[in-house]
Amino acid sequence: MTEIVVIARLVPDLVEELEIAPSGTALDLSWLRVIINEFDNHAIEQAIILKERSGATVTIISPEAEGVEDMLFTTAAKGADRLIKLTGIGEEKPTNLSLAQTLATMIKEMNPDLVLNGVQAHDDITGDLAPQLAQLLDMPYVGYISGVSLDGGKAKAYKEYPGGILAEMEINLPAVLGIQSSEEPPRYVAISKVRQMMNSTSIEEIQSSELETESGVVIKRMYLPEAAERAEMLEGDEKEVATKITSILQDLGLL
Amino acid sequence: MAVNDIPQHPPFTAEFKESLFNIPEGEKIQTCLQCACCSGVCPFGFAMEIPPGRMIAWMRAGILDEMLESDSVWMCVSCYACTEVCPKGIPVTLALMTRAKEEALLAGNVPTELQSALEFSDQYSNPLGESSRKRADWAEELDFEIPIIRKVKRPVDVLWFVGDYASYHPRVKNVTKAFAILLNKLGIDFGILGSDEHSDGDSQRLAGERGLFEKLAEKNAKILSRCEFNEIITTDPHAYNAFKNEYPQLGFDFPVRHYTEFLVDHLDEITPLFKENGKAKVAFHDPCYLGRVNKIYEAPRQLIEAIPGVELVEMAHNKSTSLCCGGGGGGMWLDGFRWEKAEYRLSEWRIKEAVAVKADILAVSCPYEPPRFEDATKAIAGAKKMLVKDIVELIVDAIDI
Repeated sequence: MTEIVVIARLVPDLVEELEIAPSGTALDLSWLRVIINEFDNHAIEQAIILKERSGATVTIISPEAEGVEDMLFTTAAKGADRLIKLTGIGEEKPTNLSLAQTLATMIKEMNPDLVLNGVQAHDDITGDLAPQLAQLLDMPYVGYISGVSLDGGKAKAYKEYPGGILAEMEINLPAVLGIQSSEEPPRYVAISKVRQMMNSTSIEEIQSSELETESGVVIKRMYLPEAAERAEMLEGDEKEVATKITSILQDLGLL
Repeated sequence: MAVNDIPQHPPFTAEFKESLFNIPEGEKIQTCLQCACCSGVCPFGFAMEIPPGRMIAWMRAGILDEMLESDSVWMCVSCYACTEVCPKGIPVTLALMTRAKEEALLAGNVPTELQSALEFSDQYSNPLGESSRKRADWAEELDFEIPIIRKVKRPVDVLWFVGDYASYHPRVKNVTKAFAILLNKLGIDFGILGSDEHSDGDSQRLAGERGLFEKLAEKNAKILSRCEFNEIITTDPHAYNAFKNEYPQLGFDFPVRHYTEFLVDHLDEITPLFKENGKAKVAFHDPCYLGRVNKIYEAPRQLIEAIPGVELVEMAHNKSTSLCCGGGGGGMWLDGFRWEKAEYRLSEWRIKEAVAVKADILAVSCPYEPPRFEDATKAIAGAKKMLVKDIVELIVDAIDI
């Protein structure tokens, strides 16, 4: 049976207004609410699609956070087989490298054919968790994948490049893939099914090894985007505003 | 751990058919005469491949799979027109259409637009995808304090359940503020739940998400059981319907009134406040969940007729034959889907009727309606100058605040 492992992270929900902590170098976590990382959600969907297509065992691993159980049960309702909560995550976000080290130790024992992770997260825009994991597992890594199929010991995946270029790649398994999007949008699963899973499924807890929070990169200042004062507001009724726009465009030589 | 089978798309099985008979009065489906009144009266019947009457015929013939493949059920606006018209008293909306949506949803056949509204309802307790912490932000736009029960920590006479669209939608917030102004003016001892309030879940239920409805109902019941109040009032007929008819089935009993019923009881105090108000012809649109479902036809009309200078006119479809604005049964979240299928908006049909009776104002009393009908006035000839106003806005406009 094909073994697929998906790493799913919860990230700050941007529906809430972000606030800077009094330190001025971090987000105020007390006001933060977390939500599944969109790219990881696509990675989950891709894993379920592969399971539907040719059979697989899907394991979801998520670092602990508020609401992680609900998220894991939702993946079970979609078809995930094994749910793992990674405990021992402190207040401060661990570095990707130390998270990758802990995950690599766990994942090695699972002997997966495929490890999927969202290609980035909005608190990890450089998306280096998956490549670091691949390095530690001694597996190939390809990122920006939209669509995967499995054939024998190989995966066929579509990698997106800027400028609308799509590459079809053949990757030797086992491999780590950074998912940009699944073949189909993440499915909806009825709440009644999620609730059934809460009663019939369990979440395994695995303690992480000591996690580093210092990466050598020092945040000197964190701040919300500051409004520049270059905009000029045109006052008046529609006709006056239109006249002003026309004259500005004329002055710029555009009309 | 056993390998978890992926839920396959189960067909509409004989089990589904049998399950309909377990719904109160559901067994009446067996008495269907095939008169097709339900399909004929359905405002979207023309756009359904399998309208309700045919659904029953196919079930009898054992053709069940095709029903799931068809997306006809997602055209249903849960307006109760079919239930109202059925000569055999079959609860078509609840026992057939809603159950069919539930089955389709369990099988993963959900239009994408609806999917996000349901996900938002679960994540943020409102289908609009707004922060639940901002649920009472509308109150900051008023020059007096709106008591939030968790903060004031005292019993109130009236608990005002504000509702989703009334809390967040920019147009509907005007209605909400008008109602707050009126309650304040009348000296009513009231309070709101603020960010502790969750979507009532009724439209999600009618869109086939029963589990989500139950989850939301449990959350509301939990917070309400900690508050002391004499009754709930709401401007939202869907919330009203949830508290009146659905929550009690889950064991959550709270006395509730729609604001039109509540204000009729206060007419003696409102009437002396009215000022000279000009003249206007007002047509009233009966919301499905106030009128047909809960039989409240007179209270809104009494309020409208009490406003000075107002002449109430009836449109071709009124009271039990009222049309749907298109927002029910998940319609608020299926506009694109339904336009693709039918290339028609039910709200425009209504505005044509309001034009036909030369109404200056279309009066409404449901938070789904002001934006839907206002948009429709822009599209229908002769409706450009027509105003769409909630009854409470008409009242507040006519008094000195």
